[in-house]
Order: sequence, then C-alpha cells, then structure tokens
Amino acid sequence: MLNFIISRTLQGLAVILAVLVITFGLLKLSPSSPFNGERNVTPEVRAAQNAYYGLDKPWPVQLWRHVSGFATFNYPPSYKLKGRNVGEIIAQAFPVSVAIGVPALLIALALGIPFGAMAALKPNTLEDRTATIASTLGICMPSLVLGPLVALIFGLKLKWFNVSGWFDADDWVLPAMTLGLIYSAYVARLMRGGLRETLAQDFIRTARAKGASEPAVVFCHALKLACLPLLNFLGPAAAGLLTGSFVVENVFQVPGLGQHFVSSATNGDHPLAMGTAAFYAMLIVAFNLLVDIVQAMLNPRIGLKT
Amino acid sequence: MKIWLVRITFLALFIAGVVWFDHVRSSRPSRAELATRDNILLLGNGTEVETLDAHLATGVPEHLVLSALFEGLAAPLPENPDGDGPGAAASWEHSADYSQWTFHLQPNGRWSDGKPLMARDFIYSFRRILSPKIASEYASMLYPLKHAQEFNEAKITDFAEVGAKAVDDLTLKLTLVGPTPYLPGMTKHYAWFPVPQHVIERFGEMTERDTKWTRTGNLVSNGPFRLKEWHFFHSITLERNPYYWDAKSVRLNGIVFFPIQSDNTEERAFRDGQLHATMSLPLPALPRYRNERPDVYHEDPNLGVYFYRVNVTSKQADGKPHPVSDKRVRRALALAIDRESIIRNIMRAGQKPALGFTPYPDSIGYKDAPGPMRFDPVEARRILAEAGYPDGKDFSAFEILINTNEAHRTIAEAIQEMWKKHLNIPVSIRNQDWGVYLDSQRRLDYTVSRAAWNGDYLDPSTFLNMFRTGDGNNETGWSNARYDELIKLATLEGDPEKRMAHFREAETILLDELPILPIYWYVRSTLRRPEVKGWKPSVIEMRCYKAISLEPATR
Repeated sequence: MLNFIISRTLQGLAVILAVLVITFGLLKLSPSSPFNGERNVTPEVRAAQNAYYGLDKPWPVQLWRHVSGFATFNYPPSYKLKGRNVGEIIAQAFPVSVAIGVPALLIALALGIPFGAMAALKPNTLEDRTATIASTLGICMPSLVLGPLVALIFGLKLKWFNVSGWFDADDWVLPAMTLGLIYSAYVARLMRGGLRETLAQDFIRTARAKGASEPAVVFCHALKLACLPLLNFLGPAAAGLLTGSFVVENVFQVPGLGQHFVSSATNGDHPLAMGTAAFYAMLIVAFNLLVDIVQAMLNPRIGLKT
Repeated sequence: MKIWLVRITFLALFIAGVVWFDHVRSSRPSRAELATRDNILLLGNGTEVETLDAHLATGVPEHLVLSALFEGLAAPLPENPDGDGPGAAASWEHSADYSQWTFHLQPNGRWSDGKPLMARDFIYSFRRILSPKIASEYASMLYPLKHAQEFNEAKITDFAEVGAKAVDDLTLKLTLVGPTPYLPGMTKHYAWFPVPQHVIERFGEMTERDTKWTRTGNLVSNGPFRLKEWHFFHSITLERNPYYWDAKSVRLNGIVFFPIQSDNTEERAFRDGQLHATMSLPLPALPRYRNERPDVYHEDPNLGVYFYRVNVTSKQADGKPHPVSDKRVRRALALAIDRESIIRNIMRAGQKPALGFTPYPDSIGYKDAPGPMRFDPVEARRILAEAGYPDGKDFSAFEILINTNEAHRTIAEAIQEMWKKHLNIPVSIRNQDWGVYLDSQRRLDYTVSRAAWNGDYLDPSTFLNMFRTGDGNNETGWSNARYDELIKLATLEGDPEKRMAHFREAETILLDELPILPIYWYVRSTLRRPEVKGWKPSVIEMRCYKAISLEPATR
C-alpha cells in the first residue's frame, strides 16, 4: 500500500512537471503577449517590460525560473494582474470554487444515483425511459444555456435567490444547482449502465438462488460493484468541479478559479496559465490515486498495481 | 386509507413549505434598495481592474475606479464632466501661447491618511511614470512636458531637465514642448495623477511593478473616496475620504465597483436590483430597453471611432503592389460602405455614421471638421473603373482581418457583401485571437483590418497624431510628408484657431488618401436606476463622482 502511494506520488510529480513544460511550450507558440494592447507602446517601454519579467531571457531560462518558482513555493508574479503572484490568486479563488464544487458534486450524486438505479432496476419501463431521456437532455444541455435558464427561473422570476454575485450565504445554490444538474446526468447514465451489467452477472443469480431478498441483492451484492464505473468517472469529475467552471462563474458572477484558466491563456499570462494547469493536474493526480485505493477496497479482484 | 392520509399530510406540508419559502425569499429588498438607504452606489465595472497603481493601469475599468480614488490637477466639473474644474489644483494660469503653465495646489489638499499633498508629490509622480524602468504604457501621456520623452527613452537621466518644477509647496510650474491649450483636460487622465511617495517606498522601490502598496489598508489616495476593501474578482469598495479638500461636496457614502465581464450577466444583475448602473448593455436587449424603459436607458455619444485600417504597402501574390495601395481604390472601397445600413441593421444603438475620422468634432471644439465620408455606389464604381478595375475585373482577392468577436464578424460580413454587390470585389474574412490580431496588425501582415480608437482627451490630436509617419499606432504603412508637417505645425501653434486650421487640413489629407476607412462613431448604451441623480454624460467617460447622489423614489 505504502509502496503504491509513494510510486504514484512520484509519477504524479512527473505528470505535473510535464504539464508545466507543455503549457509553457504551447503558450510560447502563441505570438500574443501579455503586454499587447490596442495602443502600441514605444519599443523602449516594451523592452523594459520584457526585461522586468525576464522575457528577454532565452526560453529554457524562463521555463526554469517558473518551474523552480513553483517547486519552491516562491510563486512567480502574474504578468497581467500586477502586484499579485500566482499562488495568491489560486489561494483566493480556490475556496470559492470548492464552495460550489462540493455541493454540486453532492447534488449530482443525490440525483444521479437514485435515478440511475431506478432506471436499471426497471429496464424499459416508463421510469427508465423518463430517466434516460432526462439524463440525455442533461448531457446535451451546455451550462451556457442551463445557467442563464436557472438564473432566470429561480433568480428573476421566483426571486428565491440572487441572480448573480457572491455575497449572501446562499449564493452558492444556483451555480451549484447548474453544475450539479449537468453532472447528475452523467452519474445517472453510469449508474444505470453499471447496475444493469452487474445484475446480469452470475453471482447475482447465485444470490437470488440462495433466496436473498431483492433489496438485499441490490444493496448488499450488486451496488458495490455497480459503482465502479461511476467511481472512475468521479475522480476527474471532482477535480473538474473543484477547479470551477468558466461559464458558470461568468453567468453567476462568482470569483472562482475557472475563469483564470481561460483568461490567463488568452492574455498570454504565462505564470498564471502554468500555475492553474499544474494545480488542476495536481488535483487530478490526487483524486485518481484516491479512486484507485477505494476501487481496490471495493473489489478485491482489482489490486494496487503500480 | 391511513397511508393516504399520511401521504396527503406530507404533500400539504411540502406545499405549505414551498409557499412559505417563496413568500420569505421573494419579499427580500433588493441589494440596490438597501444600498440606496445607506447612500452607497453600486456600479458594474466590466473586467476586474488589473491594478490600482495609476502608473501601470491601462483600461477603462481602471480609469473609472482610479478617478474616484485619485484626483489630477484638474477634475471633472459637476455639471459637465468633460469641463475642467479645480481638482488637486485650485487654479492655474498659462502663458499667452499655452506652453508655460503654473498650477496652484489646494491649500488644504491632503492624502487620505492626512498628510499634506505638495507640489513635490507631483514631481515624484511624474518622475515615477516617466522612469524607463517601470515601463509604464501610458508614460507617453506626459510627453507634452519638455524633455519628458527623452527621459522616458533614457536619452537623458537627470529628471531636473524635464519641464516640471515645484516652485514652492503649493506651486507647480510646467514647461511644455509646445502650446497645449487642452493641458488641464489631460491632467484628468490617470497617468497624470499623483501617487504617494511615502506609501510606495514603504513597500518597495519607486520603479517596482509588483509591490503591495495598492492593497486594502495600504493604498493612500487624494480623491473624493478612499479604498475600503478590494475583494479580488469580486468587488472594490470605496468609502468617503474625510481628508479630501472638498469633502463637504461629496454626497455618497461609498461606491462599490463590480467586475462583471459578461454583459448578459450584468443586465440580469441590473434587473434583479443588484446594481445602480451598468457599464454595458447586451445588443439583443437594447431595443426593448430603448423603447420600453426610457427611465433607465441612457445613450450617450462616446469619443470613439470604429474604422478599417488599410495596409497601403500590401503586395499581391505575384509581388506587385496590391490594388488597395492605390488611393482611388481605397476611395471606391470607402464610398461603397453603406454606414447607415450597418448602424440601422446591425449596431442598432444610435451610433453615428462616421463623416470623418475624428468623432463628434464639435464636442471638442474642432469646428468645421472635414466630413466627406458618404455612401455613393455609382461614384464608387466609376472610381474603381478609373483605377483600372471596371466592375472589379482582375481585382485580386483580399481578406478583412478581425479579432474573434461576433459583432466584428457581422460588420465584416455586411461590408464584404457591400463590396461584392457594389464593386464586385472578392473579399473574405479572417479572424484571429486578440493578441495574434494585434501582432498581425503591428507587423503589417494584413490587407484590411478592423480597428477602433478612443480619445484620451478632448483634442483632435488624440486621433490625428497616430497617423504621423512612424507613429506606433499608425500601423497602415501610410506616410505623408505634408500631413506630418501639419501635425507638427499644430503642435507648435499657440493660436487655437490656427491650430484647428492645421488639423482640418491634415484630416482633409487623411480622408483624401484614406489609409483608414471610417465606419461609425461610438455611442455608449447603459442602464441606470432613476434614483441616481447628478450623473452627467461625458464623451470620454469622465465622471464627477462627488456630484452623484442617490434619492429614493418618492412613494
């Protein structure tokens, strides 16, 4: 177990390093500069700006500066958001994204698992069809559409919640609902698939033959195994939810992390883009590790292979 | 039977719960109503401000916050924000030719920490923004000061040579490169704002870009308001500055700026009563507000022009000059653009068809400006034939370069259609990301490119200077010796009438040669609640915050 965790952590570090290098490389391919504005500045000013942030140095030197900065927690400053370093920007935005991401994940599971299970237990009935159609709709509906719709209904029409902003204790509700609804659709489909497949297996027939009651069959025998596909999905999904969504943050005016992914890349803000990408990679690595451990615990046939 | 009773009870309780919840939640007062009671103004402010350091700032959101926090030598007048009223300076006088200015500072001018604001604070600020090491993008705003440009370009290192002297604690003497009648207006731009030496140097060196002096608790300013809180990407809260020289005129207790990037989100927030005023208005919602809500809809001219740049050095594939390098072709292109139709069918916000390059010339004292732009497809065809391309024959195809944006694309498509229909010229559209697009334009790697320009101060030079040979913002490859000479003459001319005559002649040349095709002049459409009083329109987004008040609607 310990060996497994150590080796996966080392692999994770390699992944994060690779992410930093690749992000840097991709950003360098773009001619866009963080100092480009509608107005041109004199070559002297441009040169001074480049010198200030070390952009006049060769690529490997710049890359090394950033990577060593991240490695020693001595975060580089953002090019665009002057006077703030990458660590600080992430530290400010991440709690907001968590405050939305965690309830969104819970909503997704609370809706997705029962509906998916119901659909699997009563295949090809009205309940199954309704759940399947609803989840297909949920998957197809982009947050760009669902977000404003939710804001319109619960904010402007019913006036139950603030339509946007991040002030009151309940401002997480609408964004979390938007994200939760979308993710619940994936959860429901995975749950339905997982449970149907499990129910068709031999050991379930054995359990039934032993005379186990239907609830006992489903809850004691099938559910554990049926959750495995869902679990695989949850690792990256949790990382995605916790790092926020650009669209939902824009629609509900939430100061989360998602917007920095997009704006740092379009602004050519190399340190921030590298920082957010590495942070996301870190979360994915951590959650995948967690998922592997839980999976091994649920299903003895899956070992901890390094 | 019993189970049904239980079920119905549960259902009834559930419905009662929803009704109660609905009642409690939907009767909450809106945030704007609460803020009006506290006399605090809530404003949408576009994107998050990148910095509150006036010397590093570049955008409009920054301008709107900084001009509440700081104050230049002159300040917007309450009744007309584009006029120049007393600011950090109580009065000023100038030499007959407008090239020597003396500003007398407010005798009780103070920083928001109570320290007196002195003439030497301005000298320090000018030295800071002009220092090459801090690499300020707006340093060129101070180039009217004698030797400022040389100092900024590190050609001289002694700041004493720059034309700014503190005669005593309250007197500032400025010596300029040439006559600048609009200087007081320029000092309302944040590049001219004073910054507090005693605070900046507590957090780092003068020319450091990344210090914490602009943070909550650190920032000290000299304007009507001071920084109370800055929640990054959430809100900037200002409170009254008790040390402000004119504190008794300030009517609001505070201002909160919200960085709402999406105009749709901002419009929803306004409808939900979370803002007193918006920064923008989504295009689809515009006609509805304009027709149905005149009490909140505001449409004001804005000193900006939307235009197409033409790269006059473009080459064809075979290496020969592209047809657009011929000024007759450019004139035909300009004549074939139906500006009215673009405004009526696409923009729909009451923009004005561009008659010339300098927008709304009358509003900046630029009388009788040349305005030859018009739509005349017959004449356009005739000129194109005269240039050797009758009915577009042998005209080599070219692209309109735009930055990725739906509105720019729609306009480009309309113009593409007009050029095809009236001139039979094949045109396509190429979009690039903002940074890439700017770069292509800078490298003259385009044939025709979409562009826009907003004035920084109220003088034609803010528009016409950019087309001098070699100016960083020319970006068309166009050069005209007489034009350069006229702009130079205008810079040196002390008589306002003669200055304007030089600009008129210069702009006439520009509109005859047409390295640019003016399309429309901007208006700004915004929403503002009726309880906001004392807010006057400005063509360059000046706001006199101290004159704004909130008066709840009388019931």
